[in-house]
Amino acid sequence: MPTSSLDNRILVLGIGNILWADEGFGVRAVEEFHRRYVVPPNVTILDGGTQGLYLVNYLEEADCLIVFDAIDYGLEPGRLKLVRDDEVPRFTGAKKMSLHQTGFQEVISAADLLGRCPEHLALIGCQPLDLEDWGGPLTQPVRDQIAPAIALACEVLAGWGVAVTLRNEPLPASERLLANDIDHLSYEMRPA
Amino acid sequence: MGIQTPNGFKLDNSGKRVVVDPLTRIEGHLRVEVNVDSDNVIRNAVSTGTMWRGIETILKGRDPRDAWAFTERICGVCTGTHALTSVRAVENALSITIPDNANSIRNIMQLCLQVHDHLVHFYHLHALDWVDIVSALKADPKATSVLAQSISSWPLSSPGYFKDLQIRLTKFVESGQLGPFKNGYWGHAAYKLPPEANLMAVAHYLEALDFQKEIVKVHTIYGGKNPHPNWLVGGVPCAINIDGTGAVGAINMERLNLVSSIIDRCIEFTEKVYLPDVVAIGSFYKDWLYGGGLSGKSVMSYGDIPETANDYSAKSLKLPRGVILNGNLNEVLPIDHGDPEQIQEFVTHSWYKYPDESKGLHPWDGVTEPNYVLGPNAKGTKTDIKELDEGGKYSWIKAPRWRGNAVEVGPLARYIIGYAQNKPEFKEPTEKLLKTLGLPVSALFSTLGRTAARALECEWAAHQMRYFQDKLVARIKAGDSSTANVEKWKPESWPKEAKGYGFTEAPRGALAHWIKIKETKIDNYQCVVPTTWNGSPRDPKGNIGAFEASLMDTPMANPEQPLEILRTIHSFDPCLACSTHVMSPDGQEMATVKVR
Repeated sequence: MPTSSLDNRILVLGIGNILWADEGFGVRAVEEFHRRYVVPPNVTILDGGTQGLYLVNYLEEADCLIVFDAIDYGLEPGRLKLVRDDEVPRFTGAKKMSLHQTGFQEVISAADLLGRCPEHLALIGCQPLDLEDWGGPLTQPVRDQIAPAIALACEVLAGWGVAVTLRNEPLPASERLLANDIDHLSYEMRPA
Repeated sequence: MGIQTPNGFKLDNSGKRVVVDPLTRIEGHLRVEVNVDSDNVIRNAVSTGTMWRGIETILKGRDPRDAWAFTERICGVCTGTHALTSVRAVENALSITIPDNANSIRNIMQLCLQVHDHLVHFYHLHALDWVDIVSALKADPKATSVLAQSISSWPLSSPGYFKDLQIRLTKFVESGQLGPFKNGYWGHAAYKLPPEANLMAVAHYLEALDFQKEIVKVHTIYGGKNPHPNWLVGGVPCAINIDGTGAVGAINMERLNLVSSIIDRCIEFTEKVYLPDVVAIGSFYKDWLYGGGLSGKSVMSYGDIPETANDYSAKSLKLPRGVILNGNLNEVLPIDHGDPEQIQEFVTHSWYKYPDESKGLHPWDGVTEPNYVLGPNAKGTKTDIKELDEGGKYSWIKAPRWRGNAVEVGPLARYIIGYAQNKPEFKEPTEKLLKTLGLPVSALFSTLGRTAARALECEWAAHQMRYFQDKLVARIKAGDSSTANVEKWKPESWPKEAKGYGFTEAPRGALAHWIKIKETKIDNYQCVVPTTWNGSPRDPKGNIGAFEASLMDTPMANPEQPLEILRTIHSFDPCLACSTHVMSPDGQEMATVKVR
């Protein structure tokens, strides 16, 4: 377990596709985490979207990594699961049809191959209810897990010796992680 | 037995059926079913996929100036190219012009995406179709060094370098079930490279992985951030302040120099690693010239990379623009995206409903109403399809056609059209490569041809980045720091109704967006993407699309291990709606195979 908080470079990453309903969980969770908290300078908050291998350099630059993501562990929809370190799945697939199927497992595996995988991993996953509602919002059971997922991230960070503080002032729209009408609120507000 | 398609293929589905399915949670994704004859040669091919079903449902009623941010999320690999296509569509609809610097910066970003995508595609998706990782463990590091030095002056080529790599690789493989490489058909009879070539390729696989992260810094600089760079209707969002004393994040000399050095490294890596690897691999697969499909018949490229800002004519576009039909290389036909008779999408075999399905619809009038029904001969159920019925509806991908013709799009299509137009920058490198391998021009129409065209294009694109970077710097030095035209930024300046289109050549082929704007909001928005062209199902006349055509007549060594199918489909660099990050605990096999 890392001891000194400021020496560790920490990445808090949200991944998924916001256009596919509950696939967007990871991005929405990191967006909300960023909206609520101020983090010390050694912590980077990143909306990874559906980027695959493109994220590998961010992993290389981190000692500790938290990932918010939708997971398929065959759980009840809306169940939260924390997976840590060696239990986080990693592999490189040669049988996939498309580069666009590069899962995060492969990003971790690629960082591993380069010998620069973060030492500590924490996957905060939520079992989705609906991945097929194109353009749809997060479903209620998954939306309800954003706050608990953030609380869990704070606990993990505390374990790494990192304290986050609630923002005193609301974050101005111009500084939010997602802009141009794709932030969570605007996205789900269906235009008339 | 069998049927003849109007576009020249004889289909016979009487033989054994092989189903290759990625089996993701999303229905369909990309799945291929083929029938093989008693010699295991493919005699019928069926490709089906999930493409997004109507971006218009998401974009309708939104501000057209934000559309790029939504389309950028369609896909994690094509991000920038969708955004660029989107801003071009809005600019076309509202007659907005962009400054010359914005044109150069957009071109650099688009070319940078080409270089990055081609490189990553080759090493991280496609190379493993040709390179046997396990065989690399048997290589002699000294002989590998001799081989590497015989094909390139790239410095990382000593016996010690390959020895160290082999030790590292062995550790990975021994870490349990081949560790990160467990999902491969290692040892398959269709792998032809000697162990040394395999080891060299693995070294470059890792070097490419390390290098690719440098390339994307260009997007961070010109797009303000990465992932998900910023775009702007009317230009580019980055300001230029050459003295570096003005706005935070503005482009200054230091950043321009950084881009310049990355471009140099792109050129070097492509010329000293990527291209020599493709030639080396090609030399061992010269007799495996399957997979041509439509490429020798009908190909299309919209063209891209305007030399002159706001001029999207074939003359201004540096990537070729036009259509070749039925193998007639003597005639390159012109394209008009606004002509309702040219580009049309059909749904006879797609899971959508049209009022009259014998006719196609131009994207401006496109509708996307789902109609998920299986044909009468399908096996299984709607939630668990065992076998599709290609006589009925069988894909979520629509079937776009150009004047009723199925066409292939992508790097090979671009090179064939450039070749037919006698453009030396496309023709000369192609002929040189063919000569090196001792192959005739007809060898281009193959899986290997697609792979080679991508490598040649990567080199071309890297040099074009240099060209536009120099052009940009020269203009800036001459005092032009303009990057955006905001004259028509305010919706009050727009007409009540407007429509337009924007097109690009994405790494994997022709991409276009069509937009209708009403009362300053989006009224309709349709994207026709490269994989829709290549992966399309059949049309009312029975023409098969590029994926299906490319698999025809390919012999398979072992239908249980469809390496040949993956190799050819991968050569198109297919793009599916990305929803790829759902993690599951057991490293799911991305493709399962069933032979019936």
